[in-house]
Amino acid sequence: MQVSEEQLLHIANLACIDLDKNEIDSYLENLQDILTFAEKVNGVSTEGLDETIGANDKFNVFRKDEIVHFSDTEALLQNAPSKDRGMFNIPKVIQ
Amino acid sequence: MDITELTVHELQDKIKSKELTVSEITEAYLNRINDKEPEIDAFITVLKEEALAKSKEIEEKIGNGEIQSEYAGIPIGIKDNICTKGVKTTCASKMLENFVSPYDATVVENLNNEGLINLGKLNMDEFAMGSSTENSAIKKTKNPWNLNTVPGGSSGGSAAAVAAGLVPWALGSDTGGSIRQPASFCGVVGLKPTYGLVSRYGLVAYASSLDQIGTLTKDVKDSAMLLNLIAGHDERDSTSMDKPKIDYTEALKNDVKGLKIAVPKEFYGEGINAEVKQKLQEAIEKYKELGATVEEVSLDIAEYSLAAYYIIACAEASSNLGRFDGIRYGYRAKDCKDLKDIYIKSRSEGFGAEVKRRIILGTYVLSSGYYDAYYKKAQKVRTAITNKFEKVFADYDVILVPTSPVVAFEFGSKSNPLEMYLSDICTVSVNVAGLPGISVPCGVDSNGMPIGMQLIGNKFQESTILNAAYTYEQATNFRAKYKPQFKK
Repeated sequence: MQVSEEQLLHIANLACIDLDKNEIDSYLENLQDILTFAEKVNGVSTEGLDETIGANDKFNVFRKDEIVHFSDTEALLQNAPSKDRGMFNIPKVIQ
Repeated sequence: MDITELTVHELQDKIKSKELTVSEITEAYLNRINDKEPEIDAFITVLKEEALAKSKEIEEKIGNGEIQSEYAGIPIGIKDNICTKGVKTTCASKMLENFVSPYDATVVENLNNEGLINLGKLNMDEFAMGSSTENSAIKKTKNPWNLNTVPGGSSGGSAAAVAAGLVPWALGSDTGGSIRQPASFCGVVGLKPTYGLVSRYGLVAYASSLDQIGTLTKDVKDSAMLLNLIAGHDERDSTSMDKPKIDYTEALKNDVKGLKIAVPKEFYGEGINAEVKQKLQEAIEKYKELGATVEEVSLDIAEYSLAAYYIIACAEASSNLGRFDGIRYGYRAKDCKDLKDIYIKSRSEGFGAEVKRRIILGTYVLSSGYYDAYYKKAQKVRTAITNKFEKVFADYDVILVPTSPVVAFEFGSKSNPLEMYLSDICTVSVNVAGLPGISVPCGVDSNGMPIGMQLIGNKFQESTILNAAYTYEQATNFRAKYKPQFKK
C-alpha cells in the first residue's frame, strides 16, 4: 500500500504528533518500507482462525468492587507540570 | 577474591559462612560502579547513598534476627521502565525525564520484602522500543566485550551492567526479545517468562499483550532464583495467572537424558551469521552427547512473526502512549495556547524519533480502512503462530534456535529502522505466542564476541528450559572460559 504525505499528516494528527519537513520525508520512506514488510502477514493462510485477543486465555477477570484509597496525593501531584491547590492546572477550556 | 565476579548464589554462601558481610558486598559494587560505569554508561540513576544506608540497615536486621530472607542484602539493578517509589523512572525518555513514581511495581515490592538492595535504574531504548539501546534519550550504553559495539536492547543497560559486574543481577523487560537479545550480545543469561507468570503492575506499558518482566543474570541458577522472587499471581494485573508457586531451583537437575529438543531448520537459514550457526551446531552436538534427543523440524514462522509483531506491538503502543499528554505527569511544552496545543507540542518534543515512528505506524494500522488488512489479519496470524508452536510442543520439550542472527554490532551501523527490526527475527515469535524463552551464552566468535543460544519452552514450562540451560552451562562453563575485555 502506498502512503501519501496527506495520509501521513492525517495519521500524525490523530496521534497528536506534529512532524517537521525532515520528519515527514524520513517517516514516509520508513513507513512505506515497514508496511511493505508487514504485508508478509498476507502470506499466511488464516482461514477459519479466530483473532488472538490476549496472550493467555483469561476472560472477564473480576474482583470485588471495593474502594481502595490512595492517600499520597502529594506524591501523585509532584509529577504534574503545572498544579494549583491540589489540582492539575490546564489552560482555560470553556471560552 | 573479586566480590563483583561472584554469582548471587556464591554471594549467599559467603554471607552464610560469614566470609562476607552485606555492606562489604554493597560497597564492592559501588566501588566497581565508580570504576567502570564511566566506560559502560549502564545506569540512568545510581543510588549510592541510599544503597549504603540500606545495606547498613539490612545488616543490623540480619544481626538481630528481624530479617530471615536468604536474599537480604543482595544488590540488584532495575530497568528504568519498572516503577520504583521515590526514585526516578524515566523510560530513557525526555517525556519522563523527571518522573518519580508514587508507587512500587509489584516485582519491586517483592524484592523489597526480601530485603534486596536497589543499586540503581538501568538504561534502555526509549520506552523499550529498540534493539541496541541507541534509542535512549539519556545516554549510550557500551557493550563490555567491545566498547565500540552496542549492548543490544532494549534492556541494554541491564545486560551490560551484569556483564561488567556493576550489579550481580538485574531485572529487564521483554516485548520482542528485549531481555534475550541483549543477554546474547553481552554474554549473560536472559530469561523471558511465560506471559502472565510475572505481574506487569508498575511496568510502564509498551505493548501490553507482549510485555513481560524477566531476569538478566550471570548464570542459570541465579536466573531460577530471581524468577522465584518475581513470579506469582497479582490481583493488580488481570493478565497474571493464578498458578501454584514453584521453586525453580529444584528444576535444575543437571540431566537432560530423554529430553526431546526440536531444531527448526528455518531458523538456521539465510541471514544467520556463519559463526553463530557454527556455535549453535556445537551446542546441538553437546546436547546429544549429554543424552538429549535432537531432531530437525519445520517451523516456518520467523518472518510472519516479525511482520505480525510490528503491527501488533505498534498498535498497542499507539494506544498505551496516548496517556502522555503533558497534563498529569511527564514533559509539558512551553508556550502552548490551548489544551490541544499542549498535547501536540508536548508529545512532539517529548518523544524521540523511534517512539514517534512506532506511534504513527500503530495509529495507521488501527485507522479506519486499514484495521482489517493489518491489525485484524496480524491477530489471526498470531493464532496461526501459536498453533504451529503447539504442534511442535506436542512432540518436543524444547525448541533450540539462535537468540540473534548476529553478534553485537557497532554503534550507528543499523541506521535504517527496518534493518534494526530484522535483528529481532529469532526472538519475537516467543512473545507473539506468549511462551517462555531463555538465552544462554554458547561461545564467542573469532573477534571474541559472545554468541547466545535460545531455548524456547511450552507455556509455563520454565522448569524445563531452565534445566536444559543449566545442564548445558554445567557441561560447557562459559563464564570460566570467557570474560568481557572492555576492548576500546
